[in-house]
Amino acid sequence: MSDTRTAPGSSKPASRRRLPTGVLPLVEGTTLLVAIAVPFVFAQRTDLVTLATNVLILSLLAISFDLCWGLSGIMSFGQALFFGVAGYVIALVGRDLEFSELWGTLPLAVLVGLVLSALFAAFLLLGRRPPTTIFVALGTLTGSYAAERLVSGWQYVGAGNGLSSVKLLKIGAYEFVEGTAFYCLALAILLLVYGGARYLKRSQLGLVLAGMRQNEERLAFYGYRVQLFKALVFSLAGGVAGLGGALYSYHQGFIGPGNMGPGLSTAAVIYCLFGGSGTIIGPILGTAVVEVLSYVLADIDAIKRIWPVILGGVLLIVVMFQPRGILGLFVSERERIGSYGVRRKDKG
Amino acid sequence: MALLEIRGVGKSFRGLRALDGVDIDVQSGSFHGLIGPNGSGKSTLLKAIAGAHFADSGSITFAGRDITRATPYERARAGLSLKFQITAVLPEITAYDNILLAAQSGESLTSLLFSRRRRALDDEVWSLLERFRLADRAHDLAGDLSHGQQQWLEIATALALKPKLLLLDEPTGGMSPQERRVTGELLEPIKSDCALVIVEHDLHFIRDICDRLTVLDQGKVLDQGDVESIQRSAKVQQVYTTRV
Repeated sequence: MSDTRTAPGSSKPASRRRLPTGVLPLVEGTTLLVAIAVPFVFAQRTDLVTLATNVLILSLLAISFDLCWGLSGIMSFGQALFFGVAGYVIALVGRDLEFSELWGTLPLAVLVGLVLSALFAAFLLLGRRPPTTIFVALGTLTGSYAAERLVSGWQYVGAGNGLSSVKLLKIGAYEFVEGTAFYCLALAILLLVYGGARYLKRSQLGLVLAGMRQNEERLAFYGYRVQLFKALVFSLAGGVAGLGGALYSYHQGFIGPGNMGPGLSTAAVIYCLFGGSGTIIGPILGTAVVEVLSYVLADIDAIKRIWPVILGGVLLIVVMFQPRGILGLFVSERERIGSYGVRRKDKG
Repeated sequence: MALLEIRGVGKSFRGLRALDGVDIDVQSGSFHGLIGPNGSGKSTLLKAIAGAHFADSGSITFAGRDITRATPYERARAGLSLKFQITAVLPEITAYDNILLAAQSGESLTSLLFSRRRRALDDEVWSLLERFRLADRAHDLAGDLSHGQQQWLEIATALALKPKLLLLDEPTGGMSPQERRVTGELLEPIKSDCALVIVEHDLHFIRDICDRLTVLDQGKVLDQGDVESIQRSAKVQQVYTTRV
């Protein structure tokens, strides 16, 4: 039964050879090329570069949700909480301490997201019994909603008006104003995060997450402390969301209660599901399509008032009839999940 | 001292006594069969040993350590490995990855993150795939394998944990006679690696591979001993008049 045929030019049995590379690298490469081209193509359109920068920043939020749900099976309906709180913290650091240096504030934002999500993980994920998906979803949603309500009535953080005139992000004397410079910074950070998430997904730890997503009880019988792994990924995702929140705050010059509430948390879910969860690149595409559609539809006078309804309808259709997202149209399930064995070049 | 000592284990479900004062010893390197009519408590006992549920009374000692209240994670780390009655391979990852996932379970977090042992574990994974006749299906999703192949994959996965004691709940369930024969051949060599507790309805199969048998009936031990003595047991013959 065992296939022991030898592949031409190889001493390994044919069955040991890896499957050919699929379309995901193509999608990744094309996306990267488009992202690099944006500031050149739209050099005269600051509004579009700003929109593209916004897409890159919100993609961080979408990736943070994908780390939770797509990779690990943790249904977090409160990723905006970590996004918003980090945004507020760096806005306050700028206002009260007059500090907005990149080397200090961005790591601080990651830390804020990481610690806050670790606290939530300790409460939601590390109980005596494994939590249900609904418990985690409602717990994170409640946290997001409660935080939004809290800051809405808190004068120190601007209450319902939020914090505006956030100091500009800077390195030494150089200040990042919105436009090409900020776009390049956001792209560099997104690439870094994407690379890290991609590495995590393809590592042996990624295999644990893939197993956890499918049958966490089974993994406990393998000797894995599933809840600890979940808490770890959830915290990591919180750090990524925090980083996104800080960039958002600097880019918009504003952070408000809505940036940590259920509205934006749900948007993160939509970005991810629309693009294709569990692929990391899918949520970025989802964010781009949703945000660009929103921008275009909101600008057409005839449908200005009903564009959210149209957008909602489109999203509903995609989620219902294409649950693997738009990426699922091109990428097979087999490729989406990936494989974790030794790559041929590694085997030598 | 026995590898596994079960003393007075009891378990009830909503007033129904599924296990009642069960005493069993399993020695290192032995193949121990659990047989009995449907509802006699075989699978419940196996799950109590593996930690899928806790015994209400009595104690379970494994390799000198009381594991009665230990979690499945702790029991797996102690050297217990379970193959479920209903196939529980992870359908969305490949057969190779199913085994790798089990084989790497003892790795540290940093080792997993940096994939330090991926190459070292590769040969081990292929060795199990070849041993269980799954090499040509290595890169297929586990969910696409036939029922018999999924059963073999699950046994291979359980063995990848390098257990001291392997618990198999109906490993030949739903298999063809040919697949049952092959399964018996596949299990025989593991005697040198670990002890085995097996629940099985196919009495010919269990008689052929086990050294000792425990017969359960209505949650109690009806009889236990080597295969010959169980075949001669009048008590057992009363239950299995025509089947042993």
